[in-house]
Amino acid sequence: MEQKKETLLEIHDLSVSFRMYTRALEQTQLRVISNLHLTVCPGQIVAIAGSSGSGKSLLASAILGILPDNASVQGHLHYKGQELTPAMQQRLRGHEIALVPQSVAYLDPLMKVGAQTDGTLRPKPSEKRRKIFDRLHLPPQTPQLYPFQLSGGMARRVLVSTALITDAELIIADEPTPGMSLDQALEALRMFRELADAGKAVILITHDIDLAVEFADRVAVFYAGTTVETAPAADFRAGEDALRHPYSRALWRALPQNGFVPIPGFQPYAGNLPAGCVFAPRCPYKTARCEQELPPVREVRGGEVRCFYGA
Amino acid sequence: MNHTLARLARIFLKNCLRIAALLLAVSIIAFALVSASPVDPVQQYILGLGSAISPEQRAQIESYWGADTPPVQRYLNWLRDLLRGDLGQSSIYRRPVADVIGERFGASLALMLCAWVLAGVIGFAAGCVMGMHKDRAADKILKKICYALSSVPTFWLGLLFLLIFAVWLGWFPVGFSAPVGVLSENVTFWQKLHHLLLPALTLSLTSFANIALHTRQKLVEVLSSEYVLFARARGESPREILRRHGLRNILIPALTLQFASFAELFGGSVLAENVFSYPGLGSAAAAAGLQGDVPLLLGITLFSTLFVCVGNLIADLLYGVVDPRVREVGA
Repeated sequence: MEQKKETLLEIHDLSVSFRMYTRALEQTQLRVISNLHLTVCPGQIVAIAGSSGSGKSLLASAILGILPDNASVQGHLHYKGQELTPAMQQRLRGHEIALVPQSVAYLDPLMKVGAQTDGTLRPKPSEKRRKIFDRLHLPPQTPQLYPFQLSGGMARRVLVSTALITDAELIIADEPTPGMSLDQALEALRMFRELADAGKAVILITHDIDLAVEFADRVAVFYAGTTVETAPAADFRAGEDALRHPYSRALWRALPQNGFVPIPGFQPYAGNLPAGCVFAPRCPYKTARCEQELPPVREVRGGEVRCFYGA
Repeated sequence: MNHTLARLARIFLKNCLRIAALLLAVSIIAFALVSASPVDPVQQYILGLGSAISPEQRAQIESYWGADTPPVQRYLNWLRDLLRGDLGQSSIYRRPVADVIGERFGASLALMLCAWVLAGVIGFAAGCVMGMHKDRAADKILKKICYALSSVPTFWLGLLFLLIFAVWLGWFPVGFSAPVGVLSENVTFWQKLHHLLLPALTLSLTSFANIALHTRQKLVEVLSSEYVLFARARGESPREILRRHGLRNILIPALTLQFASFAELFGGSVLAENVFSYPGLGSAAAAAGLQGDVPLLLGITLFSTLFVCVGNLIADLLYGVVDPRVREVGA
């Protein structure tokens, strides 16, 4: 384990809540990310896997400091050992931290793809852009197209290019591969792998656990707004017994090649979270303690787990 | 490129057919309304002669004007003349209607163009300021001004301006399009502009609020879009976002709105021109209505219909040229 390496990004006890108005101007705080821990080291791809609605995309916005005005953030974010302040986020985003967004809706519908990929980088990185587009098998006329003229797969590759063209130290890729063919997805992930091998770091937010496990160094399992387990990717390849948290195991068993076994119940919704462990209502091993007390993060066999009993 | 031209030609032809049908309908309705109204064109004509006439002469005039032919036949006769380019004689100006419209429209065009550009530019700028500062002081103040302006009637605003700028401050003339007592060939461009400015300002304020509020709304929408969120994620400053994404995405609806505002512009010009005694088409329309000048009234009705339709046609065509999503479909 390269655990003792210097970290690039450290997230401690991060919570994100939204101020909401319920009936009669009553204000409530809707907590969508709670007590989240995540560590990203240079040279690593950290995959964040979890189902929809678990708050994965909001994590990206929180790191970049682009949450909506009614959101509030508690906890600590450290980048290269320094507290990540809003001013620092503003300075870093687009330069040291780059985002690969989820869909073509994140491209300006009236701006040509070439100009859009270049962004506000000066001098215009046209040569670099050409190389990246070539590598991702985007046709030569792509820079002259408007976003609506791109196929789904092309759009994804353009979105990936917008991050690759920067010299970012940290790339946060939010679901970068759906819509791509397997070859294209592999090529895009290979490029992320190369970047990581060159000393950068990548946070890969994904549904596709197989691809994530294939390319990532570590996999963080997201459930109901928090990471229940962070494990070396090898543990996912090794199988159920190498994992630490009951949810990760259930997730592993739910994969088509591992039996396709679902567990009963559903993910608790933000605003309706249990008092103790977020997974307790569905957990087959839960005890009275799990329902009252939030388990701390424990280091177990080179991974981190938020469970009293995980081993 | 050919593809685009072909599509534009198709839009143009389709719209021309539509406009022709609409003009026909408007002419029928206008003619029917005038026929049903208590206005008696013959009486108005006789009044215009300024001398008393005998009942025999009156009967002659009536048969000359076709007062005894049935309305449908009268309409068809009028339509036939119209298609030949003859709009008839204006009974108050004693000149062919086409000439009156041509001359008056020239003056109105200058007024409307000034007001149109003024409202467009200032309205757009104000809308951008409001959108960028949504819910902050600048937005709140400008929004209140816009609401106030859009609820104030044009003629009242015109009177207020006259009172303040022309009477009290004496900065602008009280009326007309040129100084009194100067031969028309001696009127300078600056004198014309001086007379034009106050009515143009009044007229522009009627559509200013509309344009500003629409621009604000559109900009707010654009700024809350995912592509602007992504632009922020890429480190673009608010100013860069406005320049690179904001303007680009609100310009097309703004242009459409601008060309579709011809109707309001024309309606407003009737009021503004009357308040400022500005000799344009609007004041001619009011005069024709008040004094029962039927040929002129019908002529102006048709002409204003055409004017508004052309504005909409330009908006349609422009959309196809400016918006790549429309322009390059299938390209």
